[in-house]
Amino acid sequence: MMHSLNKHVRMLTAGAAMSLILMAGAPAFAETPADTLVEGWAIDDIISMDPGEAFELSTAEVTANTYSYLVRLDINDTSKVVGDLAESWTVSDDGLTYTFKLKPDTKFASGNPVTAEDVAYSIERVVKLDKSPAFILTQFGLTGDNVAEKAKATDASTFTFTVDKAYAPSFVLNCLTATVGAVVDKKLVLEHVAAVTPSAEYKYDNDFGNEWLKTGYAGSGAFKLREWRANEVVVMERNDNYYGEKTPLARVIYRHMKESSGQRLALEAGDIDVARNLEPGDFDAVSKNAELATTNAPKGTVYYFSLNQKNANLAKPEVAEAFKYLVDYDAIGSTLIKGIGEIHQTFLPKGVLGELPENPYKLDVAKAKELLAKAGLADGFSVTMDVRNTQPITGIAESIQQTLAQANIKMEIVPGDGKQTLTKYRARTHDIYIGQWGQDYFDPNSNAETFTVNPDNSDEGKNKTLAWRNAWDVPAEWTAESKAALLEKDATKRADMYKDLQKKVLEKSPFVVIFQQTEVAGVRGNVKGFKLGPSFDTNYVFTVSKD
Amino acid sequence: MSIPETAPTAGRSRARANGWVKSVLRFLVVIVTTYLGLLAVTFFIGRVIPIDPVLAVLGDRAPAHVVERTRELMGFNKPLYEQFYIYVRDALTGNFGTSVLTTNPVMADIRRVFPATLELATLGTIIGSLIGVPLGVLAAVKRGSIADQIVRVVGLVGYSVPIFWLALLSLLFFYAKLRWVAYPGRIDIVYEYSFTPITGLYLLDSLWQGQWDVFRDVFRHIILPASLLGYFSLAYISRMTRSFMLNELGQEYIVAARAKGLSETRIIWGHALRNAAVPLVTVIALSYAGLLEGSVLTETVFAWPGLGLYITNSLQNADMNAVLGGTIVIGSVFIAINILSDLLYRTLDPRTRAR
Repeated sequence: MMHSLNKHVRMLTAGAAMSLILMAGAPAFAETPADTLVEGWAIDDIISMDPGEAFELSTAEVTANTYSYLVRLDINDTSKVVGDLAESWTVSDDGLTYTFKLKPDTKFASGNPVTAEDVAYSIERVVKLDKSPAFILTQFGLTGDNVAEKAKATDASTFTFTVDKAYAPSFVLNCLTATVGAVVDKKLVLEHVAAVTPSAEYKYDNDFGNEWLKTGYAGSGAFKLREWRANEVVVMERNDNYYGEKTPLARVIYRHMKESSGQRLALEAGDIDVARNLEPGDFDAVSKNAELATTNAPKGTVYYFSLNQKNANLAKPEVAEAFKYLVDYDAIGSTLIKGIGEIHQTFLPKGVLGELPENPYKLDVAKAKELLAKAGLADGFSVTMDVRNTQPITGIAESIQQTLAQANIKMEIVPGDGKQTLTKYRARTHDIYIGQWGQDYFDPNSNAETFTVNPDNSDEGKNKTLAWRNAWDVPAEWTAESKAALLEKDATKRADMYKDLQKKVLEKSPFVVIFQQTEVAGVRGNVKGFKLGPSFDTNYVFTVSKD
Repeated sequence: MSIPETAPTAGRSRARANGWVKSVLRFLVVIVTTYLGLLAVTFFIGRVIPIDPVLAVLGDRAPAHVVERTRELMGFNKPLYEQFYIYVRDALTGNFGTSVLTTNPVMADIRRVFPATLELATLGTIIGSLIGVPLGVLAAVKRGSIADQIVRVVGLVGYSVPIFWLALLSLLFFYAKLRWVAYPGRIDIVYEYSFTPITGLYLLDSLWQGQWDVFRDVFRHIILPASLLGYFSLAYISRMTRSFMLNELGQEYIVAARAKGLSETRIIWGHALRNAAVPLVTVIALSYAGLLEGSVLTETVFAWPGLGLYITNSLQNADMNAVLGGTIVIGSVFIAINILSDLLYRTLDPRTRAR
């Protein structure tokens, strides 16, 4: 009797197991289609595809591949810009008016011709919508009231842009290479504008197509955007109306994958062609695999920690200096950020005009103890650090915790989600914050401003730079020097001014810059021409092809 | 073993009708309080988490004046009770608003992500029950034997091993080494743009459209995460089956059945399991409901675009519209499954049919 039961159970379980195995099918070798590039990438930061609104790093890359601009950064020499839709440009003698002559016979993906009207409309909507990245243009004195005058089409192929001060031309042109400079198809966007009831906060009667462009597309880039599904996929297709050379690939797909180890597995199996978020361990394994290649490029993001000057201990200048000696830069560089970053202690990233490749600080506990004694804190003190739960930030925070302990400073790590720590940071209620700062646009002013300008250090201060967030009352003459550098026409002199500022910040500021991010990617062997650019919006895939 | 039917009288049927009204009323009260509780809790959580919800709309890098203006526009400067009132009013009219993360209406998002979870959870539960129940029966019948021990260890492992670890390990083995299964997501990008889903349940849709290659591909994607989820529900189901069966096998009717000379197969599968099935339905239903919430870790590892991932992402970004919508859907699923298992209970257990 037991015998018959046994058989029954055995048959059932074995049957279930067998069917599972059989249905899974014979081994299949995954390969992506020859005309399609598939990238595994964490794209959960994307919140809008509208170039007038998007300010996220992933979106910047997609925008750069799907839209054309007046000018672009020269990726071979980032101190220069090259024309994209603009054939040539001139700057008036007073340094206020920029006149752009457009290339003839360029078309949007929709088939509409690109005219100076479109350029003017693109800038108008950025300024009037006034979303996150709008300040990149409005810092030139543009407002909703004057934008029609300041950014206008003088004829179908001539666009003039008027700024309020005689800025360094490199500054103005660099800002136009940012994604807010993307040119949208006015005719197409106008078909999709939604009516808005004007209010005190927003005084226009339409949304300039913002709602539609969040997921829509109206560009003239090498690729056109086919689809974005949040946390799933971004699909770009070849734009046959592109004025330049047609892309070898018909399609590029960014597939949302959060896990580094998952990306590595999929890359090894050939289900993706490029893995974009490899952590040091996985990157190392990929670089040892003969079928795969790796590539990397330094990016304009620096990682730092900063001391809130509202904390009486942290406000002492000797303490700030001591902290710079209490970081084990060598250990961090050789382990935690191996392959994904390099030690860098000045606020301007490598590759930007005025970079200062000086890393004077080393771990020196004795020196730090001396400084702390001078500050009357020989016995140390207790302090907290807000740390977001991601690598390498957590690892670096733990390393700093250990080295601080050697000088009797007890640092408690307060872990949190990124948005949580940032909320606290912006409210200036942290002790120490560790995080990264990415350039808003490819110009030294972006970082110089945030690290050295703080005109009003009260809680009500309007200009909420990093200096303000840490309640650091920047010496007035530093702020003045930073502003003066904006107007310096001579690029060499301008670079020298930023070098000088960096030296000062390096010595006497509550910022401890640790390293500059290196972006890495693992690439399948049959992918040709994949290159990471010098900034997040220059990771072009126009020229990539596959064997 | 039929229950003698007495002729229904007028009084009895009135009493029965009254009973029905009462149970429907009770049911409605339960639903209303459950939903209100849900709303209050999600609202409360949404307001106490130390995350600025404006950050979700604008991203990390927005300048201060834009943040201020958006806070004003979103009504976060209003008093709390007024915010709660607006929140409940909108929810009652079925307006869950727009998700700030995806820019779609929340309901549209959920319609898109829920089938992914539904398909995964259903397959997982089927696998879990088909294997878990026989294993539990085996363990009960051969109590104390090697087989029993093995089943118990299998269950214990399923219970205590972290799922993401097992998920990664199984990916490494079945995907990277053996290449038996596919990864990542629900479907290969090759089919992504040639296959148009109808219901969102890809397995059914591809079968319905007769697209065998798509079916195969979808199956290769789903089978590993579903088996993992199945394994975890199996651990629970087999353990419960075992104890229910032990309970039934000790009853006198089993002795009676044996005395009547029925075959052991018939006794175990026809009598004991039939009776054990009643509480077992609740167990399976509960584990199904648990899987339907979306298994966050499994969905993360397998890049599965389901409900769990959606809600977790939204919560982390303080996207309260999406969290509210998701919570309501989960609450509804729980209530629906409870009703279903109640109904099944009535069908399976004759005693609950007539009072």
